[in-house]
Amino acid sequence: MTLPNTHIEIRNLNAFYDRTESALKNVNLEIPRQQITVIMGPSGCGKTTLLKTLNRFLELTDGAKISGEVLIDGENIYSPDRDVMEIRKKTGLLAQRPYMLPMSIYENVAYGMRIHSLTRGKEMDAAVQHYLEMAGLWDEVKDRLHAPATRLSIGQQQRLCLARGLAVEPEILLGDEPTSALDPISAANIEKLLLDLKHQYTTVVVTHTLRQAKRLADYVIFMYLGEVVECGPAKEVFENPKMERTRGYLAGQF
Amino acid sequence: MSNWHFRRKHVAESIAKFFMLLSFLIVAASLISILWTILSKGLPSLSWSMISQTPKGGYYLGKEGGILNAIIGSLLLAVGGTIIALLISLPITLYLETYIAKTKWARYVRLTMDILWGIPSIVYGAFGFTLMLSLGLRASLLGGIVVLALLEIPILTRAMDEVLRLMPDELKHASYALGASKLQTAVRVIIRQMMPGIVTASLLAFGRGIGDAASVLFTAGYTDRIPTSLSSPTASLPLAIFFQLGTPYPEVQNRAYASALILTLIVLVISLGSRLLSARLSRFINK
Repeated sequence: MTLPNTHIEIRNLNAFYDRTESALKNVNLEIPRQQITVIMGPSGCGKTTLLKTLNRFLELTDGAKISGEVLIDGENIYSPDRDVMEIRKKTGLLAQRPYMLPMSIYENVAYGMRIHSLTRGKEMDAAVQHYLEMAGLWDEVKDRLHAPATRLSIGQQQRLCLARGLAVEPEILLGDEPTSALDPISAANIEKLLLDLKHQYTTVVVTHTLRQAKRLADYVIFMYLGEVVECGPAKEVFENPKMERTRGYLAGQF
Repeated sequence: MSNWHFRRKHVAESIAKFFMLLSFLIVAASLISILWTILSKGLPSLSWSMISQTPKGGYYLGKEGGILNAIIGSLLLAVGGTIIALLISLPITLYLETYIAKTKWARYVRLTMDILWGIPSIVYGAFGFTLMLSLGLRASLLGGIVVLALLEIPILTRAMDEVLRLMPDELKHASYALGASKLQTAVRVIIRQMMPGIVTASLLAFGRGIGDAASVLFTAGYTDRIPTSLSSPTASLPLAIFFQLGTPYPEVQNRAYASALILTLIVLVISLGSRLLSARLSRFINK
């Protein structure tokens, strides 16, 4: 199983939380470049844990341990000489619920560019506008850029999170059930944005709804109890699943 | 049987509610009677000369002059003490939250702060006094500020720590996800998020500092003059009240209530001001 255009490769990955059985069991995967890969499976199957290994967020959880390798562009992000901040800068994250930085709409987008010194002075205004436009939010906020970001609706907040993430110039976008807290219209907005952006970014989205997986996926990973049951191009997995468990899940049995 | 069972529950609830209400009434009545006492006794003695002049005729024993030296002294002591305490407490709190959160070291730091909070202020005063003697310093504005800062550090640290523990981890994570360091996250995100908490904690510490007599008795001293430098002895409002109340003259005793009224007004104005500031600052924070 080798993809023609692998961006992320996972080798023999195991993850554990304190005193519990392993959350990820010997995961081996390849994730294609500039497509949407959807990780699906019933809750507690390790989807979010797997996603968190891709930007080294798992180490923020107390007692979480990990072994194995995650290679982005062929380089292991867990090798001791890698800088965790540089890895996270390369990967934008959309969390389940948007959390606004305690500052204005403008400063939320500018924050990442400021901490990495990507843009300065007069160019900042143009850059902020550019990323807000990419996230489809510019027209709604252009007259109140300096209002607190917490005033936005939750759907707007999630799009601001996207703009904020894009502003640090990542190569990979991660979504951890990014629409689960949103109303249907806002959710559809986020899905459309992810589809629009997929040719520029390698996108990995965790979802617990099969319908969303079908709408978004180019490539699918189906997980169950910490293991990868099946993975492959969306068309193949959805129309012609090889494994009994996958067939059961697609038929709505669990 | 079940009827009786339910009636007993209702009776128990009524009794409990009665004692809760009683406790509240005791507190409310104390507050009102304190305010009534200082207003009714202090207001007649309160005059412009009281707040615009220094004492005449010896250390607060005179019936003439005012307590300007103590007003300025107290403000300098409490503002100075609170600023220094904040400069020390804020890094402690951020370190607790960002670097050693949930480790045993964090528990030790919190325990230490709780013990320090419980130490009576006269002990801080005595400690400060001994320290100053060994350094060859005399009672001074600087000595008072340093001791008040020591007294306020545990209050500020624990009050800000409690605010920070309410902060969702996801907010920190939102910053980490963008590739920010812990320091950048602490300085640019966490401090902003806790701004209203910093204001409230500072107010709590300021109130304790400006109202404390025992810690400044030996360390800042007492004088009729307005301090001119950090090494001048400095008067304070709590000590002014203490000395005025200790005289045998009823007129001077009533001036003590006027001093108490001024002290209360200072705390009130600062409370209201910080509430307004806090409300403005919390517009931006994530709730």
